[in-house]
Amino acid sequence: MTRTPSRDDVRDQLKAFICQELIAGPVGDLADDEPLITGGFIDSFCLAQIGVFIETRFGVYIPDPDLTVEQMDTLAQMVSRVMRDLKG
Amino acid sequence: MSPRPETLSAILAAHAARDPQRCLVRFVEEDGTRRDITLGELHDQALGYAAALRALGVAPGDVVILVLRHAPAVLDAFFGAMYLGAVPAIFSYLTEKLDPAVYAEQVRALVAQSAARAVITFPEFTTTLVRLLAAVDCRVVSTADVRPHPHATDGVDIAAQVPDRLALVQYTSGTTGLHKGVAHSHRAILQFVDAYFAAFPMTREDVVVSWLPLYHDMGLLAGLLMPLVAGATTVLMSPFYWVREPVTLLRAIHELQGTLCWMPNFAFNHCVRSIRERDLAGIDLRHWRAVFCGGEPVRWDALERFAARFAPYGFRRRALLAGYGMAESVMAATLVRAPGPPRVDWIDAHALEVDRRAVPMAPNAPGATSVVSNGPPLPGTTVAIIDAEGTPLAQRQVGEITLSSPCLLPAYYRRPDLPARHDGVLRTGDIGYLADGELYVCGRQKDLIIVGGRNLHPEDLEAIAEGVPGIRPGRAVAFGIVDERLGTERVVMVCELRDPPSAAPVRQIDRALRRAVLQRVDVALGDLRLVDRGWVLKTSNGKMARAANRQKYLATFARTAAAATAPGTASGHDAHTQPR
Repeated sequence: MTRTPSRDDVRDQLKAFICQELIAGPVGDLADDEPLITGGFIDSFCLAQIGVFIETRFGVYIPDPDLTVEQMDTLAQMVSRVMRDLKG
Repeated sequence: MSPRPETLSAILAAHAARDPQRCLVRFVEEDGTRRDITLGELHDQALGYAAALRALGVAPGDVVILVLRHAPAVLDAFFGAMYLGAVPAIFSYLTEKLDPAVYAEQVRALVAQSAARAVITFPEFTTTLVRLLAAVDCRVVSTADVRPHPHATDGVDIAAQVPDRLALVQYTSGTTGLHKGVAHSHRAILQFVDAYFAAFPMTREDVVVSWLPLYHDMGLLAGLLMPLVAGATTVLMSPFYWVREPVTLLRAIHELQGTLCWMPNFAFNHCVRSIRERDLAGIDLRHWRAVFCGGEPVRWDALERFAARFAPYGFRRRALLAGYGMAESVMAATLVRAPGPPRVDWIDAHALEVDRRAVPMAPNAPGATSVVSNGPPLPGTTVAIIDAEGTPLAQRQVGEITLSSPCLLPAYYRRPDLPARHDGVLRTGDIGYLADGELYVCGRQKDLIIVGGRNLHPEDLEAIAEGVPGIRPGRAVAFGIVDERLGTERVVMVCELRDPPSAAPVRQIDRALRRAVLQRVDVALGDLRLVDRGWVLKTSNGKMARAANRQKYLATFARTAAAATAPGTASGHDAHTQPR
């Protein structure tokens, strides 16, 4: 990757992946702090797929034990976790 | 060798007397920590539970409900109740997504329906249940208060137990209204196990690896009772741990020399899609001799992709097997015989739909669809296909699958009004056909939704919608739609909005219903459509027409569902989310 993605890039790409691949129907605009798993939008097994997506797209490896509902329930939490390890 | 005892309790006791140091269970808890449990330890723990239950006045034949987590105490309490001659029922585990108050209420309802005399629970939940069950004759036992016993106490006589008494009862998880308990005798369970082992022998050298919950028929039978009878070892992983870290299943098979595994179709997809290559380094699956797909419809692409993905790690295609069955038939009724993989039948999709016949076609031919064989019946089981009038159909004619076997459930527990079979025959509500003596399942005429091997009743979901402000009472419908990528069904709900609309914005109603469904039955809705008055179809006598609503949903939303999630449009502009 030639350019390090910005926080907004990460957010938009993650959101697009979640809305297109993991949630089937329309949900209205998803807020960044809306709980996705404890809000009933996606099942917890989707977290493992989000982990695969994040590694493929951003090159950030989040080990399975960190892919928990407490740590990855909202878009904001996921983005922060990616940004933490993204080489700037 | 002495003949095998005739009850599950006596089998455990005999194994424990002969081989107390032998490991029966390697228990992997929710945080991944592992504990080995020997036959001797389990026996002593079970005697402790039997004594504790007896001291509280629980008698043989009484139902004991286990409201526990995935922890070794489930096994201790389960066999403890059985040692006393009581009838254990394992309740679904409390998860972080369920509402504890709703969960406790579900326990209370089940206690009332089953007339349970005791509930065994973890210490943190004891106070809640004591308060909730104060008015009924049901005692609450905390796992913290039970100590292992090296000897049977007075009133605990394992050898005197009769094989025709009930061994256990299973309830569909997460339902509040229906409570159809499936109770089997020791004799029925052992007859089933013998028939299964005649079709697929399990030996003392086998190591079962299972992440299935023990409140699931396949999890309880294949994960615990079959290895017990065979004298094998079983690795029991927490389902929550496995879902989060799917590679742990393969790691356990590698490290603990696993040979056998049972899981529903979606799990094959989850392994393929969610396990990362880097996490597989060094894993060797060559000793894995069989993985059985069951609990929900078996899809060929799921098995095929699984075999291809893990072949470089030593997984063999011939290890792929499949079966069909349900709790009413103890677990399985048919089974593909080893070596796999199961046969795949390519048939004309149009003839299947219109003529209800399975007409063979060339693989991958235009208009052809694939159906995976679930194998021939187990010894002693008869499978027949019937039409709507009950007339038996010929080979390759499509109709309702019926079963008869000596271990079929006679009637649901404490529901003599609800027989499970008529003249010895169980009508399954599933659609399929027979070809060359093997069963092919291709649909369902009942309204049941099966998500990841879990059965959900649409009535329960629709009842939840009734309680959400803004949704029109009696006008919410739930059904399942197959999602090929997930390898299972998604739950879809279509609900009419109140007219005139309530003050709550549509977005808020959407969120409220999703959350309510999650907190009560722990499932995320695959799609939710809030529609205007008059959308939902009912029959002329006012019943919910789920199949017709499903068709209407597919015709109306199948295309827009894809469009709505296309880039840039997932922002709430859909006409059907905005009431006029």
